[in-house]
Amino acid sequence: MAVKVMIPTPLRQFTGKQSSFECNAATVGEALSGLTGTYSELKKHLFTDEGKIRSFVNVYVNDEDIRFLEKENTKTKDGDTVSIVPSIAGGGAQKN
Amino acid sequence: MAIQTDAMKQQDVKLSREEIQRYSRHLIMPEVGMEGQLKLKKARVLTIGTGGLGAPLGLYLAAAGVGHLGLVDFDVVDSSNLQRQVTFTTADVGKPKSEAAKARLSALNPDIEIVSYETRLTSDNALELFRDYDIIVDGTDNFPTRFLVNDACVLLGKPNVYGSIFRFEGQATVFGYPGGPCYRCLYPEPPPPGLVPSCAEGGVLGVLPGIVGSIQAMETIKLILGTGDSLVGRLLLFDALAMRFRELKLKRNPECPMCGDHRTITKLIDYEEFCGIRGEETPAMTEGIQEITPTELKARQDRGDKPFLLDVREPHEYQICNLNGKLIPLGELTRRVNELDSSVEMVVHCRSGKRSADAIHFLKTAGFKKLLNLKGGILAWADEVDPKMPKY
Repeated sequence: MAVKVMIPTPLRQFTGKQSSFECNAATVGEALSGLTGTYSELKKHLFTDEGKIRSFVNVYVNDEDIRFLEKENTKTKDGDTVSIVPSIAGGGAQKN
Repeated sequence: MAIQTDAMKQQDVKLSREEIQRYSRHLIMPEVGMEGQLKLKKARVLTIGTGGLGAPLGLYLAAAGVGHLGLVDFDVVDSSNLQRQVTFTTADVGKPKSEAAKARLSALNPDIEIVSYETRLTSDNALELFRDYDIIVDGTDNFPTRFLVNDACVLLGKPNVYGSIFRFEGQATVFGYPGGPCYRCLYPEPPPPGLVPSCAEGGVLGVLPGIVGSIQAMETIKLILGTGDSLVGRLLLFDALAMRFRELKLKRNPECPMCGDHRTITKLIDYEEFCGIRGEETPAMTEGIQEITPTELKARQDRGDKPFLLDVREPHEYQICNLNGKLIPLGELTRRVNELDSSVEMVVHCRSGKRSADAIHFLKTAGFKKLLNLKGGILAWADEVDPKMPKY
């Protein structure tokens, strides 16, 4: 099951600037494992120490929020798009 | 979907001859017409923030004839705002943003009422400020204020037209519409400060807030007119580099602490605390780190005592200005640490001192001992030592 994972701008610094990632996965969890397996630094940004998806990161299969489906166990099929959507707060540009 | 308050229904409002001429391109289209234009004239919209998102918002809402506009901003116009905050001119630098925006919007449309609030939105003033308005538009730039705007809107039952941006990516939706989701349904919690991108990844393409703020203006006007399909229940994602819009479904979360079936939040809270001190940035971890001020460093260099200088900023920042230090971006330090000599004393610097503090924490774990953090970074160097150095 080839799925495409969309990487949001704030996380592209951990994926060598790649905006998407393709892998074979039967569930959302497998797709995300595939992603963090390739880009290990992403892991702490997506998952808590207990391995749960962080609450300021949402994951969608196509346009459906997996929290309202079967969470990480949500099944994926060939051609599905998995989107990672973190919260962003900017209204201008912050610097520190 | 239309927003109708008692005040809007009762007002007997007409358009003057001049107004009919001004809004003629609205009046001749059936989706607006006289009825819609009068709705706009009666509407009361509060915009939080007059910056990147607030600029197109304010301009388009004022131009469209939204009769009552409130502008909340505590900030002052800085020259670095002008790249994207198109309400302001070079002559506005140094002026309070809310005042400068009010002057600009009044010049654009003298027939509408504009109230500026030169204040920081807080848990103490939000409900009172929001009460007088039908729609709140969130154009702020930080997590604590975003949660505050959301919670105050849900408590008062007012729609919150949301937009946010990051570099070249934007999000927009409408929260707080009766029966629809709120910001907490989407994101129950803010990111912990340590996981928020730092200034190394900051910055924004100036046109991006123009596009996202314009989408917010459009959604606001549609809510007022009660026409079209609003973004309620849909999260619009915009990638300016790919020039691609995508849309995701947003649902009210029955377990949402703010608007769910068993709400646990019934009043405004301390949002700075909720977001972990400051939400937007991690306070520099300066504990256990020795510092050197730019003045002290310059004095040492002048004496011929020149410690090794490590610059942990990004290459594009180095091009703006530099102190001739060795450049290893913070993100590459782990991989390139073997390029450094732990036996020599090293001064580490970045733009303002935060990334260099992080670098020193790492270098300490890698066995380096003679480390000094340049206090205030290259910005402080420009202030204290070299006024000709550009600041960014």
